[in-house]
Amino acid sequence: MPDKPDAASQVRRNVDVPEGLWIRCVQCGAMIYRRILEEQLHVCPECDYHYRMDAQSRIAQLNDPGTFEEFLRGLESSDPLDFSDRITYRERLAQAKVQAGDSEAIVVGKGFIKGRPLIMGIMNPNFIMGSMGAVVGEKVAAAAERARNESLPLLMVTCSGGARMMEGMVSLAQMAKTSAAIAELDASGGLYIVVMTDPTTAGVAASFAFLGDVTLAEPGALIGFAGPRVIANTIKATLPEGFQRAEFMLEHGFIDRIVHRRDLRSEIARIIDYCNK
Amino acid sequence: MSSEPTAGNPAGSPPTYVLEFEKPIAKMEQEIQRLEGLQGGSGRDYADVIAGIRGQLQTALRQSYANLTPWENVLVARHPRRPLTRDYIHLLTKDFCELHGDKLFGDDKAIVCGFARMAGHRVMIIGHQKGRETREKIEVNFGCAHPEGYRKAIQKMQFAAKFRVPIVCLVDTPGAYPGVGAEERGISRAIAVSLMEMSRLPTPVVAVVIGEGGSGGALGIAVADQVAVMQHSYYSVISPEGCAAILWKSAEQAPRAAEALRLAPQDLKRLELIDAVIAEPLGGAHRDPETAAKNVEAWVGKALRDLRRLKTETLLRRRADRLRKLGSAFIETPPTEPAPPAKVRTRRTRTASAARE
Repeated sequence: MPDKPDAASQVRRNVDVPEGLWIRCVQCGAMIYRRILEEQLHVCPECDYHYRMDAQSRIAQLNDPGTFEEFLRGLESSDPLDFSDRITYRERLAQAKVQAGDSEAIVVGKGFIKGRPLIMGIMNPNFIMGSMGAVVGEKVAAAAERARNESLPLLMVTCSGGARMMEGMVSLAQMAKTSAAIAELDASGGLYIVVMTDPTTAGVAASFAFLGDVTLAEPGALIGFAGPRVIANTIKATLPEGFQRAEFMLEHGFIDRIVHRRDLRSEIARIIDYCNK
Repeated sequence: MSSEPTAGNPAGSPPTYVLEFEKPIAKMEQEIQRLEGLQGGSGRDYADVIAGIRGQLQTALRQSYANLTPWENVLVARHPRRPLTRDYIHLLTKDFCELHGDKLFGDDKAIVCGFARMAGHRVMIIGHQKGRETREKIEVNFGCAHPEGYRKAIQKMQFAAKFRVPIVCLVDTPGAYPGVGAEERGISRAIAVSLMEMSRLPTPVVAVVIGEGGSGGALGIAVADQVAVMQHSYYSVISPEGCAAILWKSAEQAPRAAEALRLAPQDLKRLELIDAVIAEPLGGAHRDPETAAKNVEAWVGKALRDLRRLKTETLLRRRADRLRKLGSAFIETPPTEPAPPAKVRTRRTRTASAARE
């Protein structure tokens, strides 16, 4: 693989960017003033590398100022398996809350983009890799339901490593639950827009993320079912360059458009208008 | 390993592949076979000895199979002699009419589809086929389907649903195939579409996990009105080895992962993720495929009888409700809205609260 995956793993701990006033871009190595990077929506001004973003920054960036209202914020996992590996799942959840600055791997709510109301779900890569357990599944299903009831478009900004192992089969069940909820929205004539960001993989890719009426992706986002390392181990060969990146998925016909982060608001608004929503 | 194309393991003949915990059992089975051979050859009568060993064998089977660890259960689910989808088709159906191809790309042999008469119903069977001998295993890719497999399955299911033919899914896969071609042809999208479309098929759908229920590749044909898992099968979000490699940094911790994942049928039932556990003959389905098949038939027959009584509208409403409530393992901590508790907002407080007002 080229240098991107390594680059991505380096920033995993701090979704935004490394701490400090100056940052060395993980892709092109350019020195960037931190404030500039933030003004550029966490995109490298030199090479356009799209850094991962936490949910709250994304919400602030996508919505008209002061319009986002969160719902179902109080949902928490009941730890159905009483799971523990090297640490207990409950400890992991507590750590994740601090690390992510959110109570779960997705925030759902109602917001406005260029004056157009919509229901949205924004995933947070800092919360156990944006993994989907019962809470994420419930929030996605509830958001789809709300979109249907209020006849509003649904937007999902996906960012996830897949189903959450620590909830076992409960997590896998969320794939069925979210897909069924999207089916109901679809049947009611609702518009469903997906924006795939880095990474959108496994159980989330293979459920609600790939069910959009229209699928947008940020440049360079890793999108796929199996992880690149798993595939490389299975086929015992190096993977083609750019494999499973947004551009690769576009070329193979599974993405409608690749959209630069700065253009997301206007692109989403335009699609809503075209669909008369 | 076996060279037979189908299970058909005659009762009493020992499985040629022996799991670690079954070694004492295999020894007894070999002894019985040896004595039977001697008896035939020499004309001497070992009936009493054989009966004695048989008694011990039953006790040993009962003891070890009553206390299988989750990991041992996984090993039984993967047993090379365990009956496969085509064995169940062979044992349970009449007039199997196989239907191939996804009408888009190809015919994925990892998923078998076709009309058949089963348990008193005319049904569409959809099942993963893992393959028995090496050549078949390679041909069916060890039961790991590609996107065209899921597209083939959903195409046949929609065809069946158009005529309200009930659908019986037999789940047995380590997972969808993790390869370059699968990604190029959109395995994520194929599974996602399958999940969505199965949730609204206007005909009864039942699913039975007959062996391995490996993650999304299994769920891809298992969204149903009623789901059962056979006693020595497993159904899991990730393989125990995969989970161990990630969380314990060592695939050798798979037995611990199997326990932590609660992937055994009884646990899934307790979590209300499945509806029934189908009993297997003593010592696992591979010791007596006919009895295993009969148990599957009984469950499928009853489930379909009940579901066919429902009006399509009711059936679909129930399925939607069921999926909506599936795996609701969360608690709600008040107060929720509108003012979020300050403690969870450790970063970007200003931006976030500004956005909310």
